[in-house]
Amino acid sequence: MAETGASSQTNPMRWLVVATPYLWLLLFFVAPFLIIVKISLSDTAIAMPPYTPNFTGFAALGEFLSELDFDNYQFLTEDPLYINAYLSSLRIAAISTLLLLLIGYPMALAMARAPTTIRPTLMMMVILPFWTSFLIRVYAWIGILKPEGLLTLLLQTIGLMGPDQQVQIYRTDTAVFIGIVYSYLPFMVLPLYAALEKMDGTLLEAASDLGCPPWKAFWKITFPLSMPGVIAGALICFIPITGEFVIPDLLGGAQTLMIGKTLWTEFFGNRDWPLASAVAVLLLLALIVPIVIFQKQQQKVG
Amino acid sequence: MKPSRFDSTILTLCFAFLYIPIIILVVYSFNASKLVTVWGGFSLEWYKVMWSNQGLMDAAWVTARVGVLSATLGTILGTMAALTLVRFPRFPGRMAFTGMIYAPLVMPEVITGLSLLLLFVAINIDRGFWTVTIAHTTFTMCYVAIIVQSRLLTFDRSLEEAALDLGCPPVKTFFKITLPLILPAIVSGWMLAFTLSLDDLVIASFTTGPGATTLPIKIYSQVRLGVTPEINAICTILIGLVTIGVIAASISSKRSELRRIRHEHEALRGPI
Repeated sequence: MAETGASSQTNPMRWLVVATPYLWLLLFFVAPFLIIVKISLSDTAIAMPPYTPNFTGFAALGEFLSELDFDNYQFLTEDPLYINAYLSSLRIAAISTLLLLLIGYPMALAMARAPTTIRPTLMMMVILPFWTSFLIRVYAWIGILKPEGLLTLLLQTIGLMGPDQQVQIYRTDTAVFIGIVYSYLPFMVLPLYAALEKMDGTLLEAASDLGCPPWKAFWKITFPLSMPGVIAGALICFIPITGEFVIPDLLGGAQTLMIGKTLWTEFFGNRDWPLASAVAVLLLLALIVPIVIFQKQQQKVG
Repeated sequence: MKPSRFDSTILTLCFAFLYIPIIILVVYSFNASKLVTVWGGFSLEWYKVMWSNQGLMDAAWVTARVGVLSATLGTILGTMAALTLVRFPRFPGRMAFTGMIYAPLVMPEVITGLSLLLLFVAINIDRGFWTVTIAHTTFTMCYVAIIVQSRLLTFDRSLEEAALDLGCPPVKTFFKITLPLILPAIVSGWMLAFTLSLDDLVIASFTTGPGATTLPIKIYSQVRLGVTPEINAICTILIGLVTIGVIAASISSKRSELRRIRHEHEALRGPI
């Protein structure tokens, strides 16, 4: 894999290595987005596939363009259901990210301050739940949060709740927050831990020698230095949570509005592919800024 | 440094939060009673029920095949992508390439799934086993690329340069020197790709077709009907497999790391 020198310029292996993943991603990641944009501008049809294919070759390009319209987008902006779903997704994602930071930061800090000998074990313990299925982890909470579930049983046993009372969390927004925080905690802790672990301990010693109290040293030194980890963790959580489907579907109630669930219903329930595509395009537009920030940050790290 | 009381408390609480739900799930898969809150004694009843559920077993087989195939393809493509990112600093469209590697990591699954489905419909491929495999390859290769990339960045290139200086052709150098050195990262990349494929519900739901129901799709449709110990049983088996896999991988990568360091030392010391 020598790439320096003129000889490698002609090395066909080099081009194979670059071109194979490049073409794969162009075909299966970029092209689908162009198609999704196109279909979001098409009309709904009751057929299989359930949309009117508006493209029949370059000769018909003019006609094709004239048939595209913004009806689906107009519909989305006119029906408050969709706008509310977008806003509610962003709200749930923002609150969850904040909760994740509040729980994940002390955890990552405690891990980074642990003796070096047990740090790898702690790391492994954070990663392990992340390897077990998302679906399984969400499912585990149903059994706990159900009105006749284990949390009710526990609270009744220790006497915090009367025998005829039940926990009313399952199928509410609270359950969604619990599910999200539970599922995304490793994603938040790992970048935070990576940033905190690299930190130079002598800075804190210097601060304490100079009479800086620990809490002030934390806000003046530790927290600012961990900012890259905070930003990475927040973005890694915020972006996918906004489009989350499994958690609001399994733990949320009828009043829990999230755009991932709306898209799923439009597609699988109403079989309205063009509208589902329009929902997806608008979701992507809402997330484009955080995604670009995430990429810029990752490239700096890489 | 000795962990403070505050730190120990935080770690205990957080790990309890992470593990208790999983432990409860595993324990109740051995429950003789069908009710979640009633402990009816130890029983393997639900494992028998699960075993005789043909639909569930078929789905497990599809998932295993999709997982192995897409993880292998994803690992090959991801390793190539990592080499591209680290070793080829300049080529036309590099910015776009890094964008295409990082974007799928955070892209909401509903968007990836729907857009791939529309592509498959547009180019008229029958949906089923292969479309799910392609979809999984596409998002897992990005994870593999990130893992292999981080290994390549911390990699001592003097061994490679030595081989090239001694006249070893670049392709042979890659297979003789580079590949063995980055192998642990490639193996953990494969494992991550395999578990991601095993896990995926949303993308598979969009891209699947008749006869290619994967395990998460099957589990999801049963979970919607209610919690049953049978699902706990299949989940327990999956958790067990993943735990054994992760622990085995970490032990083997630690061993090969030690062996590598020893070999490098010997090579540097040279013949006495």
